[in-house]
Amino acid sequence: MLTVISFYLLAFVAVAAAFMVIAARNPVHSVMYLILTFFSAAGLFILMGAEFLALLLVMVYVGAVAVLFLFVVMMLDVDFVEMKQGFLNNIGFGLLVAGILLLEMLMVGATYVWKDGSTVVARGDEVSNIEAFGRVLYTDYAGVFEAAGFVLLVAMIGAIVLTLRDRDGVRKQDAMSQMSRTKETGMEMVDIEPGHGVG
Amino acid sequence: MAIGLSHYLAVAAILFTVGVFGIFVNRKNVIIILMCVELILLAVNINFVAFSTHMADLPGNNPMAGQIFALFILTVAAAEAAVGLAILVVYFRNRGNIAVENIDLMKG
Repeated sequence: MLTVISFYLLAFVAVAAAFMVIAARNPVHSVMYLILTFFSAAGLFILMGAEFLALLLVMVYVGAVAVLFLFVVMMLDVDFVEMKQGFLNNIGFGLLVAGILLLEMLMVGATYVWKDGSTVVARGDEVSNIEAFGRVLYTDYAGVFEAAGFVLLVAMIGAIVLTLRDRDGVRKQDAMSQMSRTKETGMEMVDIEPGHGVG
Repeated sequence: MAIGLSHYLAVAAILFTVGVFGIFVNRKNVIIILMCVELILLAVNINFVAFSTHMADLPGNNPMAGQIFALFILTVAAAEAAVGLAILVVYFRNRGNIAVENIDLMKG
C-alpha cells in the first residue's frame, strides 16, 4: 500500500514539475522545477530497486547539471519575458503533436504490457544493487565504460575551449617574464645632481 | 492493485511528451529547450530502469543491462548539457541575445 501511495505521489510530482519547467515565466524557476522533477524520478528509481542510479541521478543532475543551468541563466543578461511571447501562438500545434505522441506511446504500451501485473522482480542472489551494478559494469561493459569517460573528457575540454578567450586590458601574472627579468631591464641608474631632482 | 511495469512506462511516456511539448511552445528560449531535452532523456532513463527491474527474470537476460544503459545515457546527457551551455555562452557573447530564430546565418 505504501508503495502505491509513494508511486502516485512521486509520479504526480514529477509530471507536475515537468509541466512547470516549460510553463514557468522565470527560467530560474524552471531550473528549480527541473531539480524537483529529477528528485521525484530518483524516488521512482528507488521504488523500482535501482538505488545506485537514483543517487547518481541526484548527484549528477542536482549537483552538477542544474547548477550549470543556474549559472548560465544568471550570467546571460537576456529579457526572458520577451522570449515567452510566442508561447500562446505555438500552443495549438504543440498540443496536437504532443497529444498524438502520447496516444501512440500509450497504445503501444497498452497492446502488450497493460494489466500484466508484473511487479519488481526480487533478485534471488542476495547482492545489493550497487554490487550487481559493479559486477557487470567493470567486466562486460568495461570498454564502454572507458568510452563514457572519454566522452566526458571531450565534453570538458570542448566546454573549456569554447568559452576560453583572451581579453585585452586584463592584468595577468606572467611567471616566465617575471623570472626572466634581468638587472638591465628591471633597474635604471639615475645620477641625480644636487638641487635638481629626478625630473 | 500493485504498481506494475505499465505504470512506470506511462509516467515515462507523459514525461517524454511534456518534453516534446516544451520544445514546441518555447521555441524562442534555448535554455528551456535544453531543459526539455534533459526531460526527454530522463523519460528514456525511466523506461530503461523499469524494463531492467521488471523483466530481470527473463531467461538469457542480463538483469543489470538496462541500468548500465541508463548510466551511459546519464553520462551523455551531462556531456551534452555542458557543451550545449558552453555554445550558448559563446553565442551570447558574440550576438548579445540567444533568440533561436536569429540563428539562421548559414541559411540552412
